[in-house]
Amino acid sequence: MNERLLNWLSPVLTFAVFLGLWHWVAAAGMVPAYLIPAPAAVGRAIFTVYREGTIWPHLFATGTEMLLGFAVGSAVAMVAAAIVAEFRAVERCVYPYIVALQSMPKVALAPLLIVWFGFGLASKIVLVALICFFPVFVNVLTGLRATRPDLIDLYRAFGSSRWRIFWDVRLPSAAGAVFAGLQVALVMALLGAVVGEFVAAQEGLGSLIQASSLNFEVPVMFACILTLAAMGAIANTIVRFVQRRVVFWEGAGGRGGTVVKGEG
Amino acid sequence: MSAAILPMRRDGAQPPPQLSIRGLGVVYRGRKGDVRALGGVDLTIREGEFVAVLGPSGCGKSTLLRIVSGLIAPSEGEVMLDGVPVRGPQPSVGIVFQQPTLLPWKTVIDNVLVPIRAQGKPTGPMRDRALELLRLAGLEAFSESYPHELSGGMQQRVGIVRGLIHDPKLLLMDEPFSALDAMTRERMAGELQAIWMETRKAVLFITHSIQEAVMLADRIVVLSDRPGRVVEVLEVDLPRPRLADVVASPRFAEITAHLRAFFQVDGPLRGARR
Ligand SMILES: Nc1ncnc2c1ncn2[C@@H]1O[C@H](COP(=O)(O)OP(=O)(O)OP(=O)(O)O)[C@@H](O)[C@H]1O
Ligand SMILES: [Mg+2]
Repeated sequence: MNERLLNWLSPVLTFAVFLGLWHWVAAAGMVPAYLIPAPAAVGRAIFTVYREGTIWPHLFATGTEMLLGFAVGSAVAMVAAAIVAEFRAVERCVYPYIVALQSMPKVALAPLLIVWFGFGLASKIVLVALICFFPVFVNVLTGLRATRPDLIDLYRAFGSSRWRIFWDVRLPSAAGAVFAGLQVALVMALLGAVVGEFVAAQEGLGSLIQASSLNFEVPVMFACILTLAAMGAIANTIVRFVQRRVVFWEGAGGRGGTVVKGEG
Repeated sequence: MSAAILPMRRDGAQPPPQLSIRGLGVVYRGRKGDVRALGGVDLTIREGEFVAVLGPSGCGKSTLLRIVSGLIAPSEGEVMLDGVPVRGPQPSVGIVFQQPTLLPWKTVIDNVLVPIRAQGKPTGPMRDRALELLRLAGLEAFSESYPHELSGGMQQRVGIVRGLIHDPKLLLMDEPFSALDAMTRERMAGELQAIWMETRKAVLFITHSIQEAVMLADRIVVLSDRPGRVVEVLEVDLPRPRLADVVASPRFAEITAHLRAFFQVDGPLRGARR
């Protein structure tokens, strides 16, 4: 059998075994069905929530919070990292605080943000943006700093302005690290949106999970969780795809980007 | 060969100095105290002259090059380029680094055009010249390739072509072949000689290799152990082009033997150390 087919088939087989085991546990009646519903019941629930459309507004709300928060947080983080990397004075003034804030669990702010920004979209976007900020900031800063000094000297030797060195050398050098940061941030963004909805929300997959939990609608919870997993996986695939296009020289015999994980 | 690549050679009269260095001293200030890298270097390069600088590791050869290119300032002494003191970056000088130092996200031709871009000039008008130089280096088929698609030797050739793109009067080369294997290295030296004979730039060529220096240079300057000072200046009178068989000639052996004596364990260089 050829290698490619084997790579494809093996995880599918794992999944089938998993489904089989799950079905067997549910069918054998070892656990009550309201705790662990059979895979078929979950499948039916997923089908129903999508066909009847009850899940769509929630999916849309969570997706909006995640994407807008991610965009705002990442953009601010990139600009901030560029400023801190370029100006020593700014770095001296703000860097200690950024490091201190980085280790604070941002989700602890969720109730406060709800008090400030209300039950709607705004509070979730702010929370997600805050959570996304740190992994992107740390990675971009590390990437900008890791620029090869010989490439900078090459430009400096021709009297290049600092601005040109930034655009021509530093920024492309940091591109791999920028994407590493974006990948981490994207996962955190989904987490932030769901946690925000847990605390208080009118819609969103997080709030749907919570409502279903109170009603013991376990199949709907499963449907939401699987939807979230799919959203995360799709978003990650898109970022990786763009990354391969933009940072084409890395992983092709070039030097890999620096990956620094930032906590949320 | 286009005329732009061949500057006119003023034949007959003694050419004026392209580079003149007087009493150059450099001290690096570090946390663990100061390091004196160069201790009073005098050196002159005439127009179109190929000068090799030979010296033990750590004697300040790269430092010398960084000074001439204006990347760092001397602690004492003076460096004059074309009669003008060097203060700050020198766009009129070409540099070839020890490593290829290419931008991995730019194609070969865009890498060659970096000195133009870095000066903030439009690169469009220089593309033909870049292609011409790439042809000279046997790289015309790779102008749209990326550095990671080239071998180490090809990358280094791109680095050399880049050093020539803005038609500098002086080309600085810091051990340009040291990252290559012995065979490629020999071939590259031959190619450099061919390029030089066509373009007749003044060249300051830094090297560890005695053979390479004798093969390429009109004049060889030997530096002492750190802090580097000039301990010997030697004219190489071998006829050009110097082909591979020049290595077998008695004169070549004579010159290399003379130079090698400086680097022996109890040679004059070690005596110069304090
Ligand atoms: N930025 C720096 N700060 C402090 N000391 C330095 C710095 N750069 C070089 N030196 C010191 O100056 C001395 C000369 O360095 P340089 O790089 O010029 O040597 P080199 O002759 O080029 O050596 P090699 O042949 O190994 O390349 C070395 O001893 C080195 O330790
Ligand atoms: Mg060196």
